[in-house]
Amino acid sequence: MANMAQALRMALHYGETHFGVEDIFGEDVGAPLGGVFTATQGLVNAWNTPLDERGIIGMAMGIAMTGTRCVAEIQFVDYIFNTIDLLKQAGNTLWCSNGQYEMPLVVMSPVGAGIHGSIYHSHSFDSWATRLPGWKVVLPSSPIDAYGLMLSSILDPNPVLYLVPKALMRVRGEELIPGETKESPLQIDAPLKGRELWRPQWPSGLTSYQVPIGKSKIIKPGKDATVITYGRHVFCCIQAVKRVEEQTNASIEIIDLRSLYPYDWAAISESVNKTKKVLLVNEDTEVTNFAEHLAYRIVSEFFYILEARPHILSGKQIPGIGLHPHLEEATLPQENDIEEELHKLLNESP
Amino acid sequence: MKEDLKKLPKEINLQIYNVMLKSRLLEERLIKIYRSGDGYFWIGSPGEEAFGVPLGLLSHKGQGLDFDFFHLHYRSTPTLLALGMNPIDSIRLMMNRVTDPSSGGRNFASHYCFPKWNVVPVTSPIGTQYVTALGTSHVQRKRRSKANESSSQRLQPITIVTGGDAGTAEGDFASCLIWSSRPGKELPILITVQNNQWGISTSFRDQHGEVYIADRAKAFQIRSRVIDGNNPVESYLALKEEMDYIRKTGKPSFVEARVSRLYGHSSASGANLAEQEQDCLLTYERALIDEQYINENDVKILRNSLEKEFFNIYQSVKKEEVPVKESIWDHIYSQNENGDWRNF
Repeated sequence: MANMAQALRMALHYGETHFGVEDIFGEDVGAPLGGVFTATQGLVNAWNTPLDERGIIGMAMGIAMTGTRCVAEIQFVDYIFNTIDLLKQAGNTLWCSNGQYEMPLVVMSPVGAGIHGSIYHSHSFDSWATRLPGWKVVLPSSPIDAYGLMLSSILDPNPVLYLVPKALMRVRGEELIPGETKESPLQIDAPLKGRELWRPQWPSGLTSYQVPIGKSKIIKPGKDATVITYGRHVFCCIQAVKRVEEQTNASIEIIDLRSLYPYDWAAISESVNKTKKVLLVNEDTEVTNFAEHLAYRIVSEFFYILEARPHILSGKQIPGIGLHPHLEEATLPQENDIEEELHKLLNESP
Repeated sequence: MKEDLKKLPKEINLQIYNVMLKSRLLEERLIKIYRSGDGYFWIGSPGEEAFGVPLGLLSHKGQGLDFDFFHLHYRSTPTLLALGMNPIDSIRLMMNRVTDPSSGGRNFASHYCFPKWNVVPVTSPIGTQYVTALGTSHVQRKRRSKANESSSQRLQPITIVTGGDAGTAEGDFASCLIWSSRPGKELPILITVQNNQWGISTSFRDQHGEVYIADRAKAFQIRSRVIDGNNPVESYLALKEEMDYIRKTGKPSFVEARVSRLYGHSSASGANLAEQEQDCLLTYERALIDEQYINENDVKILRNSLEKEFFNIYQSVKKEEVPVKESIWDHIYSQNENGDWRNF
């Protein structure tokens, strides 16, 4: 099974061969490296840029203004912050021009912690991203979703911020991507030596499989509580829920949002209406966290039926994520934190 | 100035003058609209006509990749008029009418957007146009390199980016120089700076150690020059030479035009006439009269006619519809896909 980096590579290959993606660019995105996570190895249209994030975003915006499709990468989302006014501009160009200039571009960037990335390779950007009106924001948690969301993002006529949980880049999927064979992952990995002559053997049966932007995924159904999460915390929540279910008679539903904006309110409301208890989990900092918006809406629309206040677990409001594992663990929600919070939620009554 | 006139045919001199005069009187009407309380903010181009008009006249205008792309700053009314903009559309933008073709009443004066001429939206943050211009010229470069022999006979499109001297302090300006001059990947882009020596209330000399901004381009092997942007003939000839060079070679060129700022930064600083600044329109007009291309009576008639025309347009635009409140949700996403979370 392909891992997320390989899934992205296959999606980008499909994008450049079927959907007219003419430029895939960023720092170290082209040969010989093919991206620091290897997500762009072997792509025909991948090229290296100066180490200039504003230049990368500006370039992408200009390409999009010609109606040409491109995928730009910011190597780590930690370095996207100095482009934020350009991101704002990309999001408002259609609106400011009263519908005249579309901005069909994808900005891909690894996000979050989990690789001992210290202060500048562990940032989240989820909540910032949801404050950029005009953008769509997606964040897959599995290789097959990474593939499907990338193709949807490429085809979308709006700017899409494609955040990739960097801790999941090397995690293999549990499902084959349509067209993927068992041999595919090895055939598209560049060798350590002799890359100049190497060419990937792309699976011939890849398809236009897409995951619609704005649609979540029920990871597992349940009736006593709902966990709403995304990215690498989907896995943390699966483990925590498993333990809690073993310890209690509760059954807990897990929703992987996959899209942060637009988000799948239909799935959220159906689940909360059923379970009447909700825990929201992500790793961005806790003040004005995106989960607070969802909690606000849940309270607003389900106030009289909720059997507990919405619980939120997110990153501590501190300036960075320290390198030592003790520091990272104390900063971000861990499995045991989720487990503990779920017990509190289940034991809460009106 | 008088000796320069002969460097261009009489009809081109008169064409440039007519658009310069139209632009100046239009801007003066916009200032009056602001002072009448019928517009919230004015910012514009008086003092940049001698550069902006030739820039528009010389371009290869049209929509799509076969034509020039414009990434303009907010002092570009002369260029837009030279491209063929109807003055009413500038007044509609000033008065935030729903009929405003640039933004439908959403954006400031002089923040133009005309896809039919590849004029991408003008932005208030200074300097960002220097990086978005990289993208359009990148696509033009790729199309150019793919072109076969027959298509290469056509006029090669270029990207044009304009900005002020204060904006060159932004990193985006440096990005433009770096990205447009990458070895073997040079971009067909005309990079211009209209140096009026001011950034709002701060003088260029207080903040910049370089004598000429154009010298910065030299460090990147970009062909560059400094011109008198108050001289329309010099501007026309220099821009033609640089545009021809870019179209022919596919490489970037840099022009620093020394211009005036005749009504201050914007309405925020009063929009009052700066009498100490050189007025390119009056200088040119005097030269044309002295050379007997026009006479003072013609000028008087033309001025009166344009002033009356713009006043009448103003009165007419006052009666036009304004945006309705519900329209705030329009165009968040393409094809009006819902962007309101309340309706997810």
